[in-house]
Amino acid sequence: MDISRLVQKSEFEWWLEATPPMRVPSILYASEALLREMDDKVLEQIANVASLPGIVQAAYAMPDAHWGYGFPIGGVAAFREEDGVVSAGGVGFDISCGVRTLHTGLTVADIEPIKDNLAQGLFRHVPAGVGSVGKIHLEPAELDEMLQGGAAWAVARGYGKPEDLEYIEEHGRMEGAQPERVSEQAKRRQADEMGTLGSGNHYLEVQQVTEVYDPAVARVFGVAVGDVLVSIHSGSRGLGHQVATDYSKRMIEAAHKYGLELRDLELACAPIQSEEGQAYLGAMRAAINCALANRQILTHLAREAFAYLLPQADLRLIYDVSHNTAKLETHLIHGKLERLYVHRKGATRALGPGHPALPEAYRAVGQPVLIGGTMGTASYILVGTQEGEARSLSSSCHGAGRALSRHQALKQWHGKEVIRELAQRGIIVRSPSPRGVAEEAPGAYKDVSAVVDAAHAAGLSRKVARLEPLICIKG
Amino acid sequence: MTKAQGRWEHFYHQADIGVRGIGPTLDEAFEQAGLALTAVVTNPAQVRAIQPIEIECEAPRASLLLVDFLNRLVYEMATRRMLFSQFEVHLSPPDLGGALSLHALAWGEPVDPARHQPAVEVKGATYCELEVRQNPAGEWVVQCVVDV
Repeated sequence: MDISRLVQKSEFEWWLEATPPMRVPSILYASEALLREMDDKVLEQIANVASLPGIVQAAYAMPDAHWGYGFPIGGVAAFREEDGVVSAGGVGFDISCGVRTLHTGLTVADIEPIKDNLAQGLFRHVPAGVGSVGKIHLEPAELDEMLQGGAAWAVARGYGKPEDLEYIEEHGRMEGAQPERVSEQAKRRQADEMGTLGSGNHYLEVQQVTEVYDPAVARVFGVAVGDVLVSIHSGSRGLGHQVATDYSKRMIEAAHKYGLELRDLELACAPIQSEEGQAYLGAMRAAINCALANRQILTHLAREAFAYLLPQADLRLIYDVSHNTAKLETHLIHGKLERLYVHRKGATRALGPGHPALPEAYRAVGQPVLIGGTMGTASYILVGTQEGEARSLSSSCHGAGRALSRHQALKQWHGKEVIRELAQRGIIVRSPSPRGVAEEAPGAYKDVSAVVDAAHAAGLSRKVARLEPLICIKG
Repeated sequence: MTKAQGRWEHFYHQADIGVRGIGPTLDEAFEQAGLALTAVVTNPAQVRAIQPIEIECEAPRASLLLVDFLNRLVYEMATRRMLFSQFEVHLSPPDLGGALSLHALAWGEPVDPARHQPAVEVKGATYCELEVRQNPAGEWVVQCVVDV
């Protein structure tokens, strides 16, 4: 990125001042090195977002921001409830794609002797990859119940434990979902996809805690060096993708009706108070519930696979975060509390200490912020900060972000070689697609540690623990 | 002069993939874009064209029709768990209201993970880098980024 147009406010904070048609400035949080690696399109896109009606404070780019469509991935923007807009492209295709991390109650010593069997057991038990189907087929009425109930629906059906719900955003159930706003096509795409991991960058990992940066907060989250955790990265599957497709089209068609001049069709949006805006919100919330239910079922499958080989395992949910959402939140803007629709596209909500939405056990320290890495590097647990509220509307990064395109990655690596190299380092990778592994090779991503260090240094969230993979099931 | 050959290619997008179809006619450029879409998932040469499905869609302009066409293919791939390797596309001229319509047949087969080694599922076609144009050689070029 050409940074000559930016004003550096501190080591990790860079501003693009608001010039018409921008309504607010754009603020990028990153080190100079990360910023220089970013595509110029990120700046163009974040400036476009800053031009949308009803935006408040600033359009933000997180340290892992990269070129998306319409909004950059790693973009955060909040719009006033009364005169702002909601954008399907501002949420993204994989609505409520996210990460949940569980503590297994085990240590590395418990896992090592049976690591191969565990990898095989998880790979067999958790459907992953293109064209995979879950064991659950939902009839239309059940599907609507799932879209209303989210993870709470899954728990009621026997997938998981009631206490899991406390540790999921929205307590596992997004209010205001309207299944009737979700198209029949979207529902058909989901009928056989419940409890499937998906493909691309989705995974289920068994990880070890290798470093603790903040022992006090780590104690509250219950993690210590040597502990074994499970992280699941997946989303709302076909249903969410189709909701995004359906409503992007509908918003483009309706734009002229509301006098919205789209600088980029992917910025398609509708006034929050319009028929299209309300319909999208109802459908998007249903898709959030779909993602929460899906991760809940995947958790159940992981628990079953562990129980078979390691009966002493007790998979306790630490937390579940969503990356692609637009949620109604209250934030302090210029000294006044405002109700805003906060779009986070490839960004994590990161609530600071004391926030009423947090589980009681974490309220004193803040929200766990789960950052997924690649299968060969590391993932991180961070915690939300008090200052994050003013800095980025309580938002942080979500992962490493791609450095190379899939095409470039495919030219550089072979899947089988990547799997062999990682095996030599003690990381077992199981995937139905070697080509998929090559496209997701660790080297195709930015340095996740640099991203996390920037989020930490910028005060968006603070580092708590570093996790390294032992087993990775790739879709 | 020999007739220009239809072909497809992928173009760079940092996180996702651009699909591009090129052909002597708009119909053929759309067909090639269908192949480019399949190539995101697997090698189209590995996909047997044994079972046809029918696609119809309508849009106010050709670029939007491309996104609709690709999204219909994404939908059919997802719900039928199929991959497609041969396309026959017919675009009809604009009706009185200016809308373009498309009728297509796509031939393929059910996904076979062992043989196809599918790398990634396509979530949807986007309006990013969306173009329908003629290049200086007079060929039709249609393209957009697909989300994976």
